[in-house]
Amino acid sequence: MITNGKFGKYGGTFVPELIIPALEELEGAFLKYKDDEKFVEELEFYLREFAGRPTSLYLAKNLSEKFGCKVYLKREDMLHTGAHKINNTLGQGLLAKYMGKTRLIAETGAGQHGIATAVVGAMLSIPTEVYMGSEDVERQKLNVFRMELSGGSVIPVETGSKTLKDAINEAFRDWISNVENTHYLIGSTMGPHPYPTMVKHFQSVIGKEARKQIVEKEGELPDVVIACVGGGSNAMGIFSGFVDDKDVALIGVEGGGEGVETNRTGATLCKGTEGILHGSLSFVLQDDDGQISEAHSVSAGLDYPGVGPEHAYLKVTGRADYVAVTNKEALRGFELLSKYEGIIPALESSHAVAYAEKYSKIKENKGKTIIINLSGRGDKDMFLVAKEMGVEV
Amino acid sequence: MRPLKKYFNNSNQLQSYQEMFQEVKNRGEGAFIPFTVAGDPDFETSIEIVRQYVDNGADALEIGFPFSDPVADGPSVQAADIRSLNSGMTTEKCFEFISRIREFTSIPIGILVYYNLIYRKGLEEFYSKARNAGITGILAADLPPEEAGDAVKMASKYDLDQIFMVAQTTTNERIAEIVEMCTGFLYVVAVMGVTGARSDIKKSTVDLIKRVKNHTDLPIAVGFGISKPEHVKDVIQSGSDGAIVASAIINIITQNLDDMDIGKHEIGIFCKELKESTKNR
Repeated sequence: MITNGKFGKYGGTFVPELIIPALEELEGAFLKYKDDEKFVEELEFYLREFAGRPTSLYLAKNLSEKFGCKVYLKREDMLHTGAHKINNTLGQGLLAKYMGKTRLIAETGAGQHGIATAVVGAMLSIPTEVYMGSEDVERQKLNVFRMELSGGSVIPVETGSKTLKDAINEAFRDWISNVENTHYLIGSTMGPHPYPTMVKHFQSVIGKEARKQIVEKEGELPDVVIACVGGGSNAMGIFSGFVDDKDVALIGVEGGGEGVETNRTGATLCKGTEGILHGSLSFVLQDDDGQISEAHSVSAGLDYPGVGPEHAYLKVTGRADYVAVTNKEALRGFELLSKYEGIIPALESSHAVAYAEKYSKIKENKGKTIIINLSGRGDKDMFLVAKEMGVEV
Repeated sequence: MRPLKKYFNNSNQLQSYQEMFQEVKNRGEGAFIPFTVAGDPDFETSIEIVRQYVDNGADALEIGFPFSDPVADGPSVQAADIRSLNSGMTTEKCFEFISRIREFTSIPIGILVYYNLIYRKGLEEFYSKARNAGITGILAADLPPEEAGDAVKMASKYDLDQIFMVAQTTTNERIAEIVEMCTGFLYVVAVMGVTGARSDIKKSTVDLIKRVKNHTDLPIAVGFGISKPEHVKDVIQSGSDGAIVASAIINIITQNLDDMDIGKHEIGIFCKELKESTKNR
């Protein structure tokens, strides 16, 4: 490895020896192409013409009035496939093409990253296989269909808890066996180096745009940037634009599930302890022996017992604050944004909306300027939300 | 030779890897190293399985500590991990398990763990307990040399071997780096992939054994995908000092969960065959 991929002490490459050369190759290619003129131009082209960038920074007037704050939404929900995930899959997909890889694999929880990978695979003509826990396959049939329509094959994972973390384990096993021709397209700022750094790089377009846009609109920086955190890629993407602006508060909102005090939670940074999962040292939900716990959140994207290592670093250094929002609060966030702004957010992003309301209720926060990273749209969550609301669809 | 622990009564010394590999070599054999997950399917049955290994020719033992997310392992070992955890195994009980094995054997015992189990306990505590339990070497499957500085120091402090893996994808430069940190023996990964029974040993494995041998005087043992007596024979004849057999034995456990008396008997017979095939070096 040319760099060690550490954020303070977090991150690193805790993987079997077999994968190391693949990570070295990937790091080398990433460092070579990330600033390569042709690569950058091609990626910018696809981000613009295929994904729909730039996304707007939208002043949510009604919500602003209700909250007593100025609320801006970074509209990643407007992107192709409905979430910020495509920023990363385009970047890594193109990188895989430059590296001469002939096969893409990915893991997916709810299916969003799987879809974003499958469409990029289709567009770049690279066959794509997506690992998905069999429980998630059952829960997200529509997304499985969407992936398959785009030519991706979905491989149900029957091991362990049959959810996202097991899909990641299986994808790693596949990669261990097929490193020579296969690129493993990890969907978040997690995993071994260089993934956390590379995924942040491809998602940093969110923060770059948002910073420029807010300065254009307000003539100054916001007081706070709020984003939901599962693995942490949308948050890291937008935070990266403001992390050097010390006066801008950064708040990551985790999936609290049924409550941080219960064991049905996905709040890794709020509740977890230091540990090593999926290749990096970070915070993990685990028992006293280091056995990994199952996470829970109403939102499949936040339902993960680990978190990206750079978030662990931002937490312990105090640069960002991490809070948790329960399933119930997130559903309120979902309803609020739908009703007041006519924008139906993904359940993940609804956590950020819900926390923004809490934030605005604190007296000294009145009148502040907030950017919420609206990481995805809620189309995928219709059945689940209807069920939670007791509505038959 | 290191002084005997209180648990071990049959002789007064525990055998080191160096001594074992030398003795085996002197007999014109390769080392047979069977693997099992501690506590699979339960603590007492697992002890009896290890006793079968020892009674039927094992030259050293490789004991897995169960982990919830074993990325380097295939379905057989993963299922064994889950059976073990479900039967109530903890890291403390794994150390107790090793101590129990030390009541009936002095051959080297290596443990195969995932690094989070060590990190969570704290390196000092884990290595000191490993030493007290009678463990000979520690291999963390997800701890490559770039992250292993602290572990190597701790192994040296507690006079344990820190064992590393090399694979077909490992460059000569990395092999040179790894053998600098590795003691005891070098674990050579036979296949491109995770643990699991395979049908044949590829030429690439033979080439890798030769490549590794050019870089080190450390004994080497080949594992992953070694599932038949012929595989054992092939790797030993290709120059490996030992063969590690995991999934093929675990598959016998899996197939006999209803009647582990039959399972133990079959494991004994299979081990005998595997040991026999190490005898033409």
